[in-house]
Amino acid sequence: MIGYVLLGLIALSALSYVLGRRRAIAAVQGREPELHSRPTYHGAFVAAWVGIPSILLVLVWLVFQGTVIDTLLLWSLPPGTTDGLDEGQVDLLLSEIRSVAAGNVFGEPSLVVQAAAERYQAWQTIARYAMVATAFSVALLGLLFASRRINPQFRARHGAERILTGLMIACSLIAILTTLGIVLSLLFEALRFFDRVSPLEFFFGLNWEPQIPIREGQVTGGGSFGAIPVFAGTLLISLIAMLVAIPIGLFAAIYLTEYAHAKVRATIKPVLELLAGIPTVVYGFFAVLTVAPALREFGETIGVPIAPNSALAAGAVMGVMIIPFISSLSDDAIAAVPRAMRDGSYAMGATRGETITKVLLPAALPGIMGGILLAVSRAIGETMIVVMAAGIIASLTANPLEPVTTVTVQIVTLLIGDVEFDNPKTLAAFALGLVLFVVTLALNVLALHIVRKYREQYE
Amino acid sequence: MSDAQTINRQPRAANWASDAARRRVRRRYAADRRLQAYGIIAIALAVGLLGILVTSLVSTGFPAFVQTKVDLAIYVDPSKVDPKDPANGNFRALVREALAPFVPEGATDKQKIDVTKILTSDAPYIVRDYVVDHPDTVGKTVTLPIAVSDPYDQLQKGVIPKEVDALSWSQVRYFERLQTRGVVAEEGGRTSLKLEVYVDPARIAAGPPPSGDFAAVARDSLQAYLPDVHDTALFAMLADDAPDALANRVAEDPSLIGKTAQVIFPVAKPFAQLANGESPKVLNPRFTSTQIEAFDTMVAKGVVHMPFNWELFFNADSRFPERAGLAGAVTGSFYALLVCFLLSFPIGIAAAIYLEEFAPKNRLTDLIEVNINNLAAVPSVVFGLLGLAVFLGYFGLPRSAPLVGGMVLSLMTLPTIIIATRAALKAVPPSIREAALGIGASKHQVILHHVLPLAMPGILTGTIIGMAQALGETAPLLLIGMNAFIPSVESMGILEPATSLPTQIYSWADSPERGFVSRTSAAILVLLGFLVVMNIVAITLRQMFERKW
Amino acid sequence: MVERDDVMEANVARPIIRVQAPAAAQLSEEVLPSHELKMTARDVNLWYGEKQALFDVSLDIFDSSVTALIGPSGCGKSTFLRCLDRMNDVIEGVRMTGDITLDGENIYAPQVDPVQLRARVGMVFQKPNPFPKSIFENVAYGPRIHGLARSKADLEEIVVKSLTRAGLFEEVKDRLQESGTGLSGGQQQRLCIARAISVNPEVLLMDEPCSALDPIATARIETLMDELRKSLCIVIVTHSMQQAARVSQRTAFFHLGKLVEVGDTTKMFTNPTDVRTQDYVTGRFG
Repeated sequence: MIGYVLLGLIALSALSYVLGRRRAIAAVQGREPELHSRPTYHGAFVAAWVGIPSILLVLVWLVFQGTVIDTLLLWSLPPGTTDGLDEGQVDLLLSEIRSVAAGNVFGEPSLVVQAAAERYQAWQTIARYAMVATAFSVALLGLLFASRRINPQFRARHGAERILTGLMIACSLIAILTTLGIVLSLLFEALRFFDRVSPLEFFFGLNWEPQIPIREGQVTGGGSFGAIPVFAGTLLISLIAMLVAIPIGLFAAIYLTEYAHAKVRATIKPVLELLAGIPTVVYGFFAVLTVAPALREFGETIGVPIAPNSALAAGAVMGVMIIPFISSLSDDAIAAVPRAMRDGSYAMGATRGETITKVLLPAALPGIMGGILLAVSRAIGETMIVVMAAGIIASLTANPLEPVTTVTVQIVTLLIGDVEFDNPKTLAAFALGLVLFVVTLALNVLALHIVRKYREQYE
Repeated sequence: MSDAQTINRQPRAANWASDAARRRVRRRYAADRRLQAYGIIAIALAVGLLGILVTSLVSTGFPAFVQTKVDLAIYVDPSKVDPKDPANGNFRALVREALAPFVPEGATDKQKIDVTKILTSDAPYIVRDYVVDHPDTVGKTVTLPIAVSDPYDQLQKGVIPKEVDALSWSQVRYFERLQTRGVVAEEGGRTSLKLEVYVDPARIAAGPPPSGDFAAVARDSLQAYLPDVHDTALFAMLADDAPDALANRVAEDPSLIGKTAQVIFPVAKPFAQLANGESPKVLNPRFTSTQIEAFDTMVAKGVVHMPFNWELFFNADSRFPERAGLAGAVTGSFYALLVCFLLSFPIGIAAAIYLEEFAPKNRLTDLIEVNINNLAAVPSVVFGLLGLAVFLGYFGLPRSAPLVGGMVLSLMTLPTIIIATRAALKAVPPSIREAALGIGASKHQVILHHVLPLAMPGILTGTIIGMAQALGETAPLLLIGMNAFIPSVESMGILEPATSLPTQIYSWADSPERGFVSRTSAAILVLLGFLVVMNIVAITLRQMFERKW
Repeated sequence: MVERDDVMEANVARPIIRVQAPAAAQLSEEVLPSHELKMTARDVNLWYGEKQALFDVSLDIFDSSVTALIGPSGCGKSTFLRCLDRMNDVIEGVRMTGDITLDGENIYAPQVDPVQLRARVGMVFQKPNPFPKSIFENVAYGPRIHGLARSKADLEEIVVKSLTRAGLFEEVKDRLQESGTGLSGGQQQRLCIARAISVNPEVLLMDEPCSALDPIATARIETLMDELRKSLCIVIVTHSMQQAARVSQRTAFFHLGKLVEVGDTTKMFTNPTDVRTQDYVTGRFG
């Protein structure tokens, strides 16, 4: 239905393009050079006035229609129906009405619900027709307005170009809107969470058991939303990942920039970058399928019990994923050290190794540090590997052979399945998300700052 | 001047030929080689790990590209299937009858039902679908290839064995400990345990005949030999008739009651085999002997074969691994990517053109730039939270729908496309712009007519790479519920619940059936195949249109 | 074009130089012919990949003197200089034939270690390239890697001595721990010279050491070179014929990868044999 409306509006817009063009040519009796702007621009101008406002209207309408009808529906219910119901129960009632309206009747819905469902259906139909009517009237108004402006002197090109620029500005604002959307939604839901659970509890509590159903009044006192074990687990796994990725990535970068022949470099670099192109869900499965059993078996032969979802397995595989980040960023940083530094060192009689460790690495250190910070932020935010290979139970341990959980694992496990926005369990995921966002953002800003400073040093 | 001269009168350089100098140089070169070796080791590790990853995926995923099937001759009995209403026939009975030739003689009803479990549980529906499509087959015999159930598929592929070790590792250890203590002996042609038994008068009455819990006494006396073992698996060592040995002994000599005597207990068959140096085997508990017999008959009659598994591509998901396919996941991913492309491609290009060509240098554009760079590094799960809170929670868009998935993915792809587009625009030399401006084109015309077409290959390359990233994204799709169970492709649409390739991989990886391990690897291979194709297209595009200005 | 600019610059700067620099030409008269042979090059050919950059270059370099290599851009003089301490080894795709000796020993012989060679043959580059470390660490770098200092005091002594020899010590003695990149261009170049002489090289190669410096800094370096040549052999590549005339005792003229002419500096600038040399030193091409 909506698809057809949009298609119809686009078709109308295309039609108006032709109309506008014809009208412009007709205005000068076919002597096109007399027009200020080429007929195409007149057409485009009219088409924009027909298409853009009406399509925008439809989109805005769609966004608000649901909320408006829900509100109206609640008002129209017999007084007292919603008394004593909390937010979730009201939502439940609304979705019952909706499903009854859609014809999915389970059991015997109450008369109130049946009546509401009929109203709901009727209003939906009305809203739909109203939307179509309004949209097409707006489109026709646009057509009327724009086509009346067509005359030989009309600067249609300027008009069309202004509209185009406006569209482009709108598109670039989406980046800001996205960030704003992230910040606001995380903040909003997190604040609702902190209404129910004290921030002190969340940031300093040692006990994380969000799956336990929480009754009214026990929320703040229960002590089950202490996120320290979750943060600690995240740090442990990230640490393991970095312990794997930093030496491998850094030594690989050193070898590739300073020792390897051009041919070797040209083959190995893309192979390393392949590691970055593999989806993380694949790494997660790899951890479960190969790495964890191998570690377990190895542990058995040396008599050390290793949990199947140990932090070590998840961290190590995450480290493999991060190798290309470290190696390519270190590679860039080392390559950015000016040739003169190398020459200076070689001319002093330094070996390659001495040149690298004593001159190049210290000089490239800021760049490498920036790269490592970016990689840490990557590790903290990485989700699928840990969801598949790490634990779900939050335990506060520094032993890499035991399972730990991470922020991202908790976000995913809390939100898979039924989501209810008034339940601290769901909201906790947003509080964790906020922490994750802030930490990764801070790391990124810091890293980019360091890297930029470093680049300036040699420019 | 004189100062300088004193300084200049210093001895010539150190003696480079001295032993100390030579040793030092050797040491320095060794350090150099060490560093080089670390580099080679690091690269070997990274490449090796990639190799292990690919190998383990290929080796586990490869078997899923074929599927064990049985060519079943089915008589479509008109008494069970009404030709006017074939959909409601008793197809379960048809399948059971078609299997009759393979059922061993004298099988009980339960065993007959066991035999039907060789086939996938979907078998009646496969037959039904066929008969509904071909109503004229009622009354005739049709031969249909029907997938076998997961354990038999794995058996036929050699992934799981028909027989497993009868004894656990610890049971073998216990037995060996008893052997070293000399308790195990051959007595009367049977392997037996010679155990000291305290015939407790409180537990055994003299009779005659003697009575009491002989089995418990036998167990306790065995336990006394291995006091540190707390494992009931130990008692499996005693044969079923072991208590009788004790009973007989007491019957022979009732005076033993209240004394300690040596009793010879026969050991159970697997342990006897172990004592003879064999490794005892039992049937894999996932099979029954009737099933195996029937399956062996099928193999012998040549009706079992292993064709290419087209269902992997053309079936949607299923609870049964032998029937599960990727069609639903691929369709869902396609819809989501389509939405993602339709949104992010035009928006990304428009934003990039504005920022690169028109934007004045001010606070706002700075803010936009910072935002784009930071968005590229926001963890994907956060985009999932955004989608959940805004698209689902606030806008009330349908959960699990590819539309929402595509919208979330497009927000993640936008920075990639914008950055790639800006780079491509920057690479177009100013001479082109100047030439066009010089003949009186407006700035918009210059960009739309000249710069953009020249930058298009670069933009497309960046877009394809962005799409490839989007195709592999899992976490945001999980959060908006795009991991629905989709048993049929027909119901899918842009607003209907869907799944996607990566979320399907996640769901399958979580499934306990052995068959899903292989399917998961196969699905990953399919996903990687798509990614490889997309990247090859991007690279080819870049090379084809690479221009040296 | 570039050459002419250099000449012009040098012309403008000349009055200052006259005041500060010792009369180089006269000095060279005093010390010239008595010195022993330090390095020789015989039939040196060099290729960058497919492109040949040096053709049969043969040149003698004498101890305790300054040899200047002059010639238009791209004539191979810097390339030849880099052959003298095997700095071309670190560039991929370079191939060389011919012999170069140091004290009679072929430096391209397989048993010769380029790392040790470069300790004996130091090099100073066109653009000052101090490491992004402290002044002290810059100078200490060479002694450290070659193990020339037995103790910390030893190392400090070497650093102070080298900085003094390079005429920089007085200016930086209070800030030895500050970064070497914070110095002015001329100071940076003297720091690089101090770094190069910290390992007591026998030969010092200088690749246009003053081209990035202002005239005053140039004059200080030229004075320094004249001091240094008393204890070591210096080979300098320069764009400026005035500089060659001021600081060197012998001059070699390169053109298109060939050594056209070599001889006493005075003779080269007053009475060259080859017409190309004459054209170049009189500014007719370059």
